[in-house]
Amino acid sequence: MNSSTLVAERDDTTPAIATGKSRDREPMSLVFLGALWFSLFFGVVVLIVLILDTAVSGAGRFDSDLITRYDSTLFPERTGFRAGILGTVWLMVTTALLAVPLGIAAALYLEEFADKTKWYNRFIEVNLQNLAAVPSVVYGLLAVAVLALIGFQRTGIVLGGAIALSLLILPVIIITTREAVRAVPNEIRFGSLALGATMWQTTWKQTLPSAIPGIATGTILGLSRAIGEAAPLLLLGIAGAVRFDPDGVTSPVTALPIQIYSLTSQSQEAYQQAASAAIIVLLVMVLALNALAIFIRNKFQRRW
Amino acid sequence: MAKRPSTMTSSETFSGSLNGFMDRMSDVQTAVDRPLPEQPAAPIMETKNLNVFYEDFHAVHDVNLTFGKHEITALIGPSGCGKSTVLRCLNRMNDLVSGARVEGQVAYHDIDIYGPKVDPIQVRRHIGMVFQKPNPFPKSIYDNIAYGPRVNGMKVDDMDGLVEQALNGAALWDEVKDKLKQSAYGLSGGQQQRLCIARTIATQPDVILMDEPCSALDPIATSRIEDLMTQLRETYTIIIVTHNMQQAARVSDRTAFFTAKADETTGNRTGLLVEYDLTKQIFNRPNDERTEAYISGRFG
Repeated sequence: MNSSTLVAERDDTTPAIATGKSRDREPMSLVFLGALWFSLFFGVVVLIVLILDTAVSGAGRFDSDLITRYDSTLFPERTGFRAGILGTVWLMVTTALLAVPLGIAAALYLEEFADKTKWYNRFIEVNLQNLAAVPSVVYGLLAVAVLALIGFQRTGIVLGGAIALSLLILPVIIITTREAVRAVPNEIRFGSLALGATMWQTTWKQTLPSAIPGIATGTILGLSRAIGEAAPLLLLGIAGAVRFDPDGVTSPVTALPIQIYSLTSQSQEAYQQAASAAIIVLLVMVLALNALAIFIRNKFQRRW
Repeated sequence: MAKRPSTMTSSETFSGSLNGFMDRMSDVQTAVDRPLPEQPAAPIMETKNLNVFYEDFHAVHDVNLTFGKHEITALIGPSGCGKSTVLRCLNRMNDLVSGARVEGQVAYHDIDIYGPKVDPIQVRRHIGMVFQKPNPFPKSIYDNIAYGPRVNGMKVDDMDGLVEQALNGAALWDEVKDKLKQSAYGLSGGQQQRLCIARTIATQPDVILMDEPCSALDPIATSRIEDLMTQLRETYTIIIVTHNMQQAARVSDRTAFFTAKADETTGNRTGLLVEYDLTKQIFNRPNDERTEAYISGRFG
């Protein structure tokens, strides 16, 4: 093929790569394109099938009992997840309160203040990467130990779960915050410092506000990961069945994933159905969190 | 106040013939000419044997300069000759470059700003800086101006008045007075650069350092900034790094020409000061042949 035919073929299909409407008919190209499409469909289709299947099997239980009633052994067909939903909300809020200030502070230290040539800062860096790779059950064990140290006999409480989940999402928050802070152009920092601002003022009034959209996104993504976690909570001995609302950080608590986990191991059909419905509730909560992330991000971006 | 005869003729050319260039240069000279002593009479800043290193790299060698009060001093020279490095030493912005080390003295009102008891934050409050690329903060125009006085803890009774004064000082007030609450990012590049100048003068510094302030701007915006500089000279002392020799000739009172010399063993290029004199002297009768080669376009 000479160059003139190449140009001629290209003329009427300008955005060929972006649309996938390539005129390229080489067999290898077609095979590759097919593989790309297959990968895309595989991921999306599996997800849709799973959600639909869960929604269909839980369809009979989309009623007000599902979210207003407690767990019931007498009437499996009227069992509800009130305790789990409230418990999850309590856990998320407490986790955010613990993890977000710590995570942002750690990230700001590492990005803005740490002298990277010092051994202890490099040590922290390496450990941070390791922290992100630690299995979540280990955080459960760690939380049990922390609770024992600060004198709690009972570990299945809001604080215990929140400690485990905070440790779990701390690396996510630190890493995304660092990226958001790094994305703030140095010109902004220099501009501020050249006006006689201190490093603290520059970080607090310029760098951090500019990084907030990125930090909010990272934080909420971390929380959406935490909301679905069951493993560390199981290790804490968080109960599958709780029949009262949590009323403080030391209150015993259950969480939606734990309730779902314990119900799916029951034999009665009604419990299986309720678990499916609860999965959809959990998905809705995750989606709501993500929507909130987008809302916050857009709100802050408008100020620029 | 000295005014240039025409803004357009002076900024339109960069590639004219040598003769044309020199002709234009001489009538520009008369335009900004004002009686000045051979040496700055009351130097506001002075460098003594200033040497700058980045790690092991010797970036600038033995620079001795005196900057006169209410004068515009231009630092010119080819890329990599250390003129921006020297400029950044003058308000300790070089401290922010990791591995940077300064030897010698930079005196401001006879105080060595690299002295052990000197707080770089205080230095920068007296010696402001405008950067090559306009860098407004992602805030409103008003907040951009008010930021400096706020972080400096200046006692300001009438912030609105200060903002107006600063914007007036940077010849920007009329263009932005109706949109002070709008984002500074909505301004054009030239307006943004004047906003950065306004932001700097709002903190009421003594000296304003400018690091190629017009290199990202078009000729019209450039000429407005140059007019502004000659106005600002009445109140402030300005030290400007520029790649544009006509600009140096048009606006500056004194010019320092730098060049870089390669080290014989390592090949690292160390910047040094070749010649420092009144601008008309540098551009009309340079003493050093390297200066003459550079300004006549044969080198650099």
